[in-house]
Amino acid sequence: MDLIDFFTNYTLRTITLGTAILGAICGMLGSFAVLRKQSLLGDAISHASLPGIALAFIITGVKDPNLILLGALISGLIGTFWIKGITKRTRLKSDTALGLILSLFFGLGILLLTFIQKMPNANQAGLDKYLFGQAATLVEQDVLIMASVTGVSLIVLLLFWKEFKLLLFDPDYTKTLGFNTRFLDILITFFIVLAIVLGLQTVGVILMSAMLLAPAAAARQWTNNLSTMIILASIFGALSGIFGTAISATQNNLSTGPVIVLIAASFVLISFAFSPSRGLIFREMRFRKNRKELHLKKTLTFMYRIAQNHDNISHPHAIRILNNFQGFTKKSLLKLENQELISLSGKQWALTKKGYEEAASINKKLGKSDD
Amino acid sequence: MIQKKYAIQIDDLTVAYNYKPVLWDIDLLIPEGVLMAVVGPNGAGKSTLIKAILGIIKPIAGSVKIFGKPYKKQVNKVAYVPQKGSVDWDFPTTSLDVVMMGTYGSLGWIKRPGSKEKKQALEALEKVGMLEFKNRQISQLSGGQQQRIFLARALVQNASIYLMDEPFQGVDATTEKAIINILKELRKAGKTLVVVHHDLQTVPEYFDWVTFLNVKGIASGQVKEIFNDNNLTKTYGINYKVAINK
Repeated sequence: MDLIDFFTNYTLRTITLGTAILGAICGMLGSFAVLRKQSLLGDAISHASLPGIALAFIITGVKDPNLILLGALISGLIGTFWIKGITKRTRLKSDTALGLILSLFFGLGILLLTFIQKMPNANQAGLDKYLFGQAATLVEQDVLIMASVTGVSLIVLLLFWKEFKLLLFDPDYTKTLGFNTRFLDILITFFIVLAIVLGLQTVGVILMSAMLLAPAAAARQWTNNLSTMIILASIFGALSGIFGTAISATQNNLSTGPVIVLIAASFVLISFAFSPSRGLIFREMRFRKNRKELHLKKTLTFMYRIAQNHDNISHPHAIRILNNFQGFTKKSLLKLENQELISLSGKQWALTKKGYEEAASINKKLGKSDD
Repeated sequence: MIQKKYAIQIDDLTVAYNYKPVLWDIDLLIPEGVLMAVVGPNGAGKSTLIKAILGIIKPIAGSVKIFGKPYKKQVNKVAYVPQKGSVDWDFPTTSLDVVMMGTYGSLGWIKRPGSKEKKQALEALEKVGMLEFKNRQISQLSGGQQQRIFLARALVQNASIYLMDEPFQGVDATTEKAIINILKELRKAGKTLVVVHHDLQTVPEYFDWVTFLNVKGIASGQVKEIFNDNNLTKTYGINYKVAINK
């Protein structure tokens, strides 16, 4: 399939739109999960939805995607509230509770799936597509559901923006101001569960949490503003969906879910490497530059102290006397000369007027602390 | 019975996290307009007391009244300064934004802060000497600056009662002076302040009222009357000796 096909093919357009919307809502709600340090919650919820998928089929006997998603939603919610209950009522830490519920529900889900496979019902095949997702099965109605859930959660987000921000930053304080933190918590959690369940058909139980976390983690690298972070995360998520679908459609037999997740992961990698303020590469570069600058400043102030002993600030001194000073190298002297802070002649150096003033101001600045 | 006005009235308060009680049968009357230190050893339940007053922790038994009514009806009269270590300072926001959060309570649900709230926040930032850092990313603030931001956030609430959990923890001498001056100003304005405090040396200098706490309430009253070796020993154990400069 070539690119022109990609834009004219109706089925493909539906799928692309679906994965883009899914990416956007996951990025938006994933930001909350990441900032609440509940990154693993998404993983637990998606795994917890598996028994619901299987039970929905066993009980109804039909493979209606909407009923199955309803089952996933109920089972995901039960898992989530068990996790919260365990953390609240026992002394187990939340990572233990998450791991416990995740494996318990997933184990139960797999058990039920194998049970279904042995049932004498021809309708059984295809439930395991929820494990890894199958974007190709997306139809217009699925996309409509995704779009309306995204719309509703956007409205709720805008409505309770102030309360959500407060809750994310300081939950105890939120409570003391008279806000019902339980209500806010349930609201956020409900929408996170909903987003995960929506993504099961496309990305699958196992990889779903990456959809939630990767765009948010990537977005956090680029901004220090909460609203910008959420918008960026939605864009990264949507782009992952679009590119992922495009790549899997143009390359034969690549399954869409994993490709989308890999694209999202590459957003994370790029962000961690190249973001200007938090990225590893720029941070390392800044760090080196800072060290070099400090080095020059230190050399200059050392010269300043020597020069202070003379009436004439530009009195020449032997380079030799700098040998006791650790920061001194030939290269740093040349650099200082380039900046016209000192003048060199033969084996002697002298501070220029500019250099003297610069050194004096460095001394003054470092004497005053920030706090 | 004489009806005296108490800012906070605590009766039979008992709090437990798991099995062991953290606070046992606390009776405490905090008069209006005092600057009170809560002192006691580690694990004495000082922070828990503050959290129980604020309703963050549900007590097993007992009641807390703020100006004679339950906390839920008086949320706008109480401001809280948590320990600065209780939040993640890498949160994507600025100093000004955090201070604005102090206005959220009086705004109530859904309503957004506007120019009036921003003005209040800027004034509070100025009071704590942090105006020049208003657009600073909070992760780039020093410990002392973070503490000032939390104080400013509480100031914005314009409450009658201020509950503070170790506001002097990990701040330098300059910041400590700046904070205590603000606290003293608040008391002069008739506010009631309850401060969890660790440095016993400075109690007589900073505070006029003190509560000794070690799971049970040991004593509570005016600093000049009850801040003595006897109560300190009862609170901290037999071997505790402290020089009180008188």
